[in-house]
Amino acid sequence: MARFNLNGKPVTVDVDPATPILWALRDTLQLTGTKFGCGVAVCGACNVLLNGNPVRSCVTPVAAAEGQRITTIEAVEADRVGKALQAAWIRHDVPQCGYCQSGQIISATALLKTKKRPNDADIDAAMAGNLCRCGTYARIRAAIHDAAKTLA
Amino acid sequence: MYYSKLMQRVGRTAAAAPLAELARRDFLKLSAGSGFALGLAPLAIAADAGKSEGLKPTQMPAAFVSIERDGTVTVQSNRIDMGQGSETGLAMVLAEELDADWATVRAVPAPLGAAYADPMYGMQMSGGSTALNHSYQQYRELGARTRAMFVAAAAAQWNVPPDQVKVANGVVSSGTRRAGFGELADAAMRQPVPEKVALKDPKAFRLIGKPTTRIATPAASRGQKSFGIDTRLPGMKTVVLAHAPVFGGKVASFDASKAKAVKGVVDVLRIDGLDRGAQAVAVVADGYWPAKLGRDALAVQWDVAGVEKVDTPQQLASYRELAGKPGIRASKISHAEQDAVLAGAARRITAEYVFPYLAHSPMEPMNCTIAFDGDRCRLIHAAQMHNVDAGTAAAVLGIPVEKVAIESVPAGGGFGRHAVPAADYVREAAQVAKAWRAAGHSSPLHIQWSREDDLRGGYYRPFTVHRAEIGLDAAGKVVAWKHRIVSQSILTGSPFEPFMVKDGVDATTVEGVSDTPYAIPVALEVHHPKVNVPVLWWRSVGHTHTAYTMETLVDEVARATNKDPVELRREWLGDKHPRHRAALDLAVAKSGYGQRQLAAGRAWGVAVHESFGSVVAYIAEVSLLEGAPVVHAVTAGVHCNLAVNPRSIETQIQGAALMGIGTTLPGAAITLKDGVVQQSNWGEYTLARISHMPKRFDVHVVPSADNPTGIGEPGLPPIAPAIANAVARLTGKVPRELPFPEKLA
Repeated sequence: MARFNLNGKPVTVDVDPATPILWALRDTLQLTGTKFGCGVAVCGACNVLLNGNPVRSCVTPVAAAEGQRITTIEAVEADRVGKALQAAWIRHDVPQCGYCQSGQIISATALLKTKKRPNDADIDAAMAGNLCRCGTYARIRAAIHDAAKTLA
Repeated sequence: MYYSKLMQRVGRTAAAAPLAELARRDFLKLSAGSGFALGLAPLAIAADAGKSEGLKPTQMPAAFVSIERDGTVTVQSNRIDMGQGSETGLAMVLAEELDADWATVRAVPAPLGAAYADPMYGMQMSGGSTALNHSYQQYRELGARTRAMFVAAAAAQWNVPPDQVKVANGVVSSGTRRAGFGELADAAMRQPVPEKVALKDPKAFRLIGKPTTRIATPAASRGQKSFGIDTRLPGMKTVVLAHAPVFGGKVASFDASKAKAVKGVVDVLRIDGLDRGAQAVAVVADGYWPAKLGRDALAVQWDVAGVEKVDTPQQLASYRELAGKPGIRASKISHAEQDAVLAGAARRITAEYVFPYLAHSPMEPMNCTIAFDGDRCRLIHAAQMHNVDAGTAAAVLGIPVEKVAIESVPAGGGFGRHAVPAADYVREAAQVAKAWRAAGHSSPLHIQWSREDDLRGGYYRPFTVHRAEIGLDAAGKVVAWKHRIVSQSILTGSPFEPFMVKDGVDATTVEGVSDTPYAIPVALEVHHPKVNVPVLWWRSVGHTHTAYTMETLVDEVARATNKDPVELRREWLGDKHPRHRAALDLAVAKSGYGQRQLAAGRAWGVAVHESFGSVVAYIAEVSLLEGAPVVHAVTAGVHCNLAVNPRSIETQIQGAALMGIGTTLPGAAITLKDGVVQQSNWGEYTLARISHMPKRFDVHVVPSADNPTGIGEPGLPPIAPAIANAVARLTGKVPRELPFPEKLA
């Protein structure tokens, strides 16, 4: 059992406290926007924001979310930065298969919250933990720069 | 392209569902499922009257277009979209001829159905970069036929001649009368499908040729795009399997007591009859996490006594030995003829290349949802070869293939992994469903691989060794080119063998060498060793290793003869390969190659290669940082005939190139020890990350109005050799093994 705030609403999940947040979201709460990629915290497909910080939900147990605030891709639009990024993602036509993009946008949101005008090196560092097998990285860089501009 | 002719025959003979039967069922199912669908009624009636069998896929708009009352146009894509953009491209082509309002156009992956067979291959599949190449004309005609039905309906309703009816942006009009597609859909539905239609003059295109955002982009940017892994059926259970550590391994015994004690685990099943005769143990649970914990709690004793256990260093040694021995002849010129010439050559270049097994590693781990009620089977997965998958499931379950339905879903990446002639993961899903039913259960199952299952699941790009001996005369002219390739055959033992393995030579091994455009006397031989590691096509297939070998060898000759690598390529291409020349010249001109001086420590790297009907040339600007190449800028020249969606071309080239860059990175290799794959997750199997993406990557397309050629794969083969050629200029030594070592210099 764990209680936390999910995308602005209080939720209770009746699962073992060691269950990763990822599977509580996908299988218990039926929020499938957060993706399973590796299960070992190396690809970023499962990234969610825990109190605003990006975490790997595939290795973070629901116990760690107790009483905390989780934001998933489904609620990113409600955030000014997240909304600007999603709009830039669409303008730059970033996704190919699209599978990793929830995690990419979560990481980018965290980046623009801490660094308003990142340069390429800042972006590469902040996004280094997010794999994209389709190779959309050039467009990810461009979309982040563009979103930063629209937020300025 | 040889694929087309050969595969056409394959489609008629491979494990294909009876087409006429499927056609009939599909029309009935579709018409029952969506009441407003344009054209469904007449074709459903035609089907009932036994007439649908006579209609070619292009004459069946009902199976491809449906229009809601609000005007929404839904296009059925006969290819699944794995990220290659074909869904949007095909919808653009249909919408162009239909004169639809693009903002109202949607696209969905078509289910299993005869109408969705590839018009060239005759079977339903996505692969070989063929979507627009094979279906451009088909989707144009479909759009034009649908448009003609609207025109006929409006003419009848308004009592005006058809030539006074116009269609523009989803609106049908004549004089002051106007109606949207949605308003006229019912009446259009009752019109006969015209036999002949006129297509637009390409000069009048308003969608084709315009950079267009993919249809799925907004959903994918909001976490709303649904993949196979997101399938949820009422009562569905999740299955995670304990797979044998060696390919073809069997279960000697297992203890499920601890697994069954995990909360949420429903049952544990022994699974027989998997790919290569393997067995496995399946844990069925309420959700992935308990299934995974259950799997981890299993104690399985494996029996791997009867299977070959591959060891990479030994395999390399035996491949090297084979590379020095006569093999199966795969060219007009024989090795014997070349031996004499080589003996008299003024200079020789001898080179050996090594390429590892590579996993496709799409971001979405392989999965398949299956519901089997003892009579009918429903599959939901990213089907890439529908007929093979359906035939396999039917055979395993002991039901007629007509009782198998496939609902295709978009793939979270694929790169070839979903198109398995042995249907490995669909076979597994069917065997699990069979065992589940035999155990007295009936709920649908979602079989989900972990990343480790996916990476260790085989079907890799084959481990490959090339050996070439090149003889030059005193003037520097190539007089002999003795070449041998050692690589497992992908197609031997598959339904494709009779058509694509000719005289013992697998076409997917030699492509890129046997058909070289260069004016050089290539004498080619192959060895196809049998190895207990399943292999498969991996984005651009044989070209992944042949382009690297050929394009770095061209540069070796250029260096040996003090020639400019671009000039030497132009010389060898002559005037018989204008598309190669155009792509290369465009990349050269746009990159500034030969025109501007590079910063100190940087070098140019050039490569050009044709695959899947398209030619891609790269000019890369590279330096070394602590012995590792840094690709600063890439300029691409692309010849893929008509550019339907220029943005999609740009993204496919950039993405394929990045995947090619990935093949050079230390750690980008699958290796085996005692038959066990040594990499288990992305910590040990390197994929390219954002820092590997060149800061500048410009894509230029040669203008053309000809039928589009492939774009999903052709961007991959020439990038690694372009980088290697730059490295050779910087270090004096060309890397002949992929991936590159940690330090090149």
